[in-house]
Amino acid sequence: MKLLSLRSVLEKPMVIEEISLSEMQVELGEPLVQMRGIVKIFPGVVANDNVDFDLYAGEVHALLGENGAGKTTLMNILFGLYSPDEGEIYVAGKKVEIRSPRDAIRYGIGMVHQHFKLIPTLTVAENIALSLANAPAINPSKHLVEEIERYSKRYGLEVDPSAYVWQLSVGERQRVEILKALMGGARALILDEPTTVLTPDERDELFKTLRRMADEGCGIVLITHKLEEALSVCDRITVMRNGRVVATVRPNEVVAADLAKMMVGRDVLLNYEKPPSEIGEVVLRVEGLRVLGDRGLVSVDGVSFDIRSGEVFGIAGVAGNGQSELVEAIVGLRKVESGRVEILGRDVTNQPTSRVLGLGVAYIPEHRIERGIAPDLSVVENLILKSYRNPPFSGRLAMNTDYVREWGKRLVEEYEVVTPSIDAPVKLLSGGNIQRVIIAREFSQEPKLIIASHPTYGLDVAATEYVRKKLLEQRRRGAAILLVSEDLEELLALSDRIAVMYRGRFVGVLEADEITLDRIRVMMAGEEEAS
Amino acid sequence: MEKKEAPPKWMEVLVPLVSVASALLIAGFFLALQGIPPLELYSKMLAGSFASYHGISYTIVKTIPLLLCGAGLVLAFKANIWNIGAEGQLLMGAVAATWVALYAMPSAPSYLVIPAMFAFGFIAGALWGLVPGYLKSKLAVNEIITTLMMNYIAIKLVEYLIYGPWRGEEEWGFPITDKFPEAAWLPRIPGTSVHIPTLILALLSAALVYLLLYKTKVGYEARVYGSNPEAARYAGISSEKVILLVMAISGGLAGLAGVGEVAGIHRRLRYPWSISCGYGFAAIIVAFLARLNPLAAIISAIFLGGLFVGGDAVQMAFGLPVGVVNMFNGLMLLCLVSGEFALKYRVRVK
Repeated sequence: MKLLSLRSVLEKPMVIEEISLSEMQVELGEPLVQMRGIVKIFPGVVANDNVDFDLYAGEVHALLGENGAGKTTLMNILFGLYSPDEGEIYVAGKKVEIRSPRDAIRYGIGMVHQHFKLIPTLTVAENIALSLANAPAINPSKHLVEEIERYSKRYGLEVDPSAYVWQLSVGERQRVEILKALMGGARALILDEPTTVLTPDERDELFKTLRRMADEGCGIVLITHKLEEALSVCDRITVMRNGRVVATVRPNEVVAADLAKMMVGRDVLLNYEKPPSEIGEVVLRVEGLRVLGDRGLVSVDGVSFDIRSGEVFGIAGVAGNGQSELVEAIVGLRKVESGRVEILGRDVTNQPTSRVLGLGVAYIPEHRIERGIAPDLSVVENLILKSYRNPPFSGRLAMNTDYVREWGKRLVEEYEVVTPSIDAPVKLLSGGNIQRVIIAREFSQEPKLIIASHPTYGLDVAATEYVRKKLLEQRRRGAAILLVSEDLEELLALSDRIAVMYRGRFVGVLEADEITLDRIRVMMAGEEEAS
Repeated sequence: MEKKEAPPKWMEVLVPLVSVASALLIAGFFLALQGIPPLELYSKMLAGSFASYHGISYTIVKTIPLLLCGAGLVLAFKANIWNIGAEGQLLMGAVAATWVALYAMPSAPSYLVIPAMFAFGFIAGALWGLVPGYLKSKLAVNEIITTLMMNYIAIKLVEYLIYGPWRGEEEWGFPITDKFPEAAWLPRIPGTSVHIPTLILALLSAALVYLLLYKTKVGYEARVYGSNPEAARYAGISSEKVILLVMAISGGLAGLAGVGEVAGIHRRLRYPWSISCGYGFAAIIVAFLARLNPLAAIISAIFLGGLFVGGDAVQMAFGLPVGVVNMFNGLMLLCLVSGEFALKYRVRVK
């Protein structure tokens, strides 16, 4: 390995040419970026195995594959986050070395990551100023406000430049990331799973934006595992599996089932069986709940509902309409201003989280890395995060280590968590496996109430299927489930009733026989049903 | 530069060793600039601290406070609580022991006064740690600043006591207290200054911190909090409980070190710098050199103790200033931090 890098030092071209896609003349349909024979090996895994990839000016190019297929790795190489073990990259036909994101940005390559790279304690404008090499030296964010607003309007990426990032919803944060890349002069723009956080309408907006950018000469890479996205908006689709490119096709040449097969190498179950379940007693009762958001504004404004055992109650809505605050208030992570939360008949309004969870509440948090795990602790230690304080996991003071390990091993097997060992730090696991750890932990306690926030956000087909099946299993067992999601298909597939949330209120609650995609779409825009 | 997967186990041992070696190398460069042959100096240091009965005993004397403070800091740093105040907590333990020995129970027998000194020393150190702990848990005040500042308050308090109300009546006006009654002298290994009860406590503290962190519920809570406070909140772990408990134990252990210094070595309270010579700060290096493993802290404390002793030895032999040991400590911390980086990232030249 050392020899290799030494050789590449020697072979390095002596003159670094100034190439920037934002200034160069690349005609529509000509390649902006070409990757040839890319190989990237991580310990024990060949993430990219001799991959070729082209991006043309004027196209939206889907990079389709399951998590772990190597699509993000490939794009991280293009963005300079990883250096390839072998292979070459050409920008506008010239061979380049992309050693860092700074190089990539200079070449006119931008990337919006799945896990956003924003600094929460800074404002939107400050975050953007940080990323711009040519931002004015003194008070840069102030000078940028106008420009941000101009870009916001032009691309329909609405965001308040003076808001702090920690106050923003997931959807809003993504808009900031896209703005950042655009304002940094990106002509080749990589978006890693951009639609998972968006509502259908927002997604359509985004696609319009992408289309417009492509028509103006940009090249867009859309990393995704959603077949319909690849088919509907993209000009070309490259499918990856196990680190290799399976094929590059045009959407009119294939149907969804072909793509699915290419992705997973087998037929996928796209429908879920949802047998009728026995509806029992009221498990969660929320009455007239009023909660403030981080900015001190009313985020949840008089919401009331019941969930009974054996029932999935879905909440649909655009990110930032109070769903996160509602969930946090129920589990005791956010103060309730007025109203009542009852679990199994007990008043838990403004009770400490430990007490709420002690009543048999499972909670799959929205930000699973930020909130759901202790990254430096082992898999088994993360599995006991909720149960460690009770026997048989521990006595009065001491942990019952033997029992915990036995139990952890069993859970890892049962929930098919892929990990080198139960003692490996959980941060080394992939996103899908981290979610498995969380689900194993939450569901193993036979919860009475499950609160699942965006449980399949960012997961691949197989992991998504798994999570949904597990949720339905819990429903059959008699758990009451509160499902917050922006994935309408998911809500439709799993929910018995769906409430649509808009600006802190329920626009309406649809019973099973009333649920249709169109009705929900209309209600998500805040329009009440004229029924 | 990119993130690495899990570093192999041997790397975790190698990194501290390489860090120490690099520090020696860099320090050697500066010594050579001064016209001092580094190898000769290092061998003298080694000889001074580990080659003779006297040297070894002296090294153990220095190891005791380093280990007590270091074990406490391992606990605090594991919980991601940055206690930089072990120095002050140590001094407060010394003050409490002095109060017990000279004022509270001046005529009590050993079997009462010695446990009392340790108990009050622990409590005083714990309280000194609880002040920043309380501020952090209730008002989210940054503990790095408060613990650091509390050191200076403790130093000034000791100075006030020895110049003012506690100045010894039999000491011709020197700023020191009277000698402790003999009952309050800690028993030593004959012919050395190694005070036995504190040595035992120091070894126990490392074992206890290990058990606490890895075998108890509160230790688990502290590690979860240290890894991700948001996850701790989500799991219903009380951050207040973790912060207060960790600061109390961490401060208390440093307080015990202070008791050992005044009751075991000096047998009186004197200038802050004479009591501690920076053990509380050097203990930060003890903790990091041990890579926050409480049992490994025993080894790193012995190593740093040896460094102090070796430093003293060569000061006389080569006529070097005290700063040399400090320089070396500083270099070592820098190399350790760089080594940590090497553990987590891989840098490629292309």
